[in-house]
Amino acid sequence: MNEKLVQLMADLDEENTIALVKELIEKGANPMDILDDARSAMEIVGKRFETGEYFIPDLMMAGEILRSISDIVKPLLEGEGGGVKKGKVLIGTVAGDIHDIGKDIVTFMVDVAGYEVLDLGIDVPVETFVEKIREFKPQVVGLSGFLTLAFDSMKQTVEALEKAGLRDSIKIMIGGGQMDDEVRKYVKADAYGKDAIAAVNLCRQWIGG
Amino acid sequence: MNTVVRSPKGKEVVIGENQPTVLIGERINPFGKGPIKDALLSGDLKPICDEALAQVEAGADILIINVNAFGVDETVLLPKAVEAVMNTVDVPLCLESRNVTALENALKLGCGRPIVSSVTGEQPLLDEIMPLVKKYDTSVIAMASDGAGIPNNPSKRVEIAGKIIDYAEHTGIKKEDVIIDCLAESVGVNNKAALITFQAIEAVKKGFGVNTVLGASNISFGMPNRSFINIPFLSLAIASGLTAAIVNVKIVRPYILATDLLMGKDLRSRRYMNYCRQLKK
Repeated sequence: MNEKLVQLMADLDEENTIALVKELIEKGANPMDILDDARSAMEIVGKRFETGEYFIPDLMMAGEILRSISDIVKPLLEGEGGGVKKGKVLIGTVAGDIHDIGKDIVTFMVDVAGYEVLDLGIDVPVETFVEKIREFKPQVVGLSGFLTLAFDSMKQTVEALEKAGLRDSIKIMIGGGQMDDEVRKYVKADAYGKDAIAAVNLCRQWIGG
Repeated sequence: MNTVVRSPKGKEVVIGENQPTVLIGERINPFGKGPIKDALLSGDLKPICDEALAQVEAGADILIINVNAFGVDETVLLPKAVEAVMNTVDVPLCLESRNVTALENALKLGCGRPIVSSVTGEQPLLDEIMPLVKKYDTSVIAMASDGAGIPNNPSKRVEIAGKIIDYAEHTGIKKEDVIIDCLAESVGVNNKAALITFQAIEAVKKGFGVNTVLGASNISFGMPNRSFINIPFLSLAIASGLTAAIVNVKIVRPYILATDLLMGKDLRSRRYMNYCRQLKK
């Protein structure tokens, strides 16, 4: 592990992080090692967010740095499995609800964490969730909502997935303004995540990587 | 263009371009954790009355009542909360719900001339809520979003506002009773978020002449020291034409008074001076 790289990135020093990545590659460093360091840095960023040291713009910044690093490193990894995603995550704001800020942040963070994400958007009908989950075959489904009416949409979505025989093949996480563990029990989801970092941690726990 | 709202006992508040910025107290809602949420779940109305009184003492012109929490039957609790607040303070009310039965149960009590909050450009919502606005002669807050979400450009928000105003006029609701919420998204996610809001407010004012309102705290979602952002955001929004704001009155009122003073909305500085004198007591 290159501790300097991890530290620079965790401190959100974009300029020096990217310069160091380029320098390491010129010197013949293994691109996979660089991605591993970037991942370690993201873990530190996540911890700092959880403890209140970092805020949402910091998460976005870290995500942008990770994206820049990937853009540099990925072309060097072709054929070595570097482009392979760790797993599939499907996400959407449930029927009747049009809030997207939280969902978009989760989508972004899960994507840069290395998962293939399909974002169905907002006000997603129950049938669309069923159909797209059948097609896309994700391991994790994220249901987002802010309004209290989202509780019932979430519940109906989970029930429809049960009926369609898809429930056992997926883990379902919920998140959004008024969600908590009580709501999680009501809608019969597997977990409630309070923010984007929690969502990434749940994907790691369920899919690995 | 003036929007006139009235308390159940007849106290009038006027929202308008040449009026001081109207402050709508946001705190009777179940969001986050706290006494209001617990009160709603247990049915104990005292914390709601206490909060109503505290906000009016802090200078709120209008109070929002929102009881939309998980596990609460709004159709029963909204009228109860409205009645409790009506018996505690004498200010116009803003009933916040998307549940038509709950709204009607509350409106039936005779709430003066309240604000109903809110509709969007979504047709089913307009078809449900607007007839109530007409029937009970209230004003209404309309959010400049539709089924596709919150547009990320000002012109689309203005277009939706225009559609809602047209719909209202066709239903027999006067244009001046539609208050447009031009919406704010987190500036931490999109650094242009506030600019989009300001441009939309200016265009709505210029294009339709109606009043505008903002629930301002969204602008600082996910950011530290949120008041540092919320307060100048409101000032800049008022400079763009905002005429009412949904806020934590106790925190923002002095800054709004100062903004009104600077914007020439405080004749001979009376409101600002009276506020400052009270501080010394």
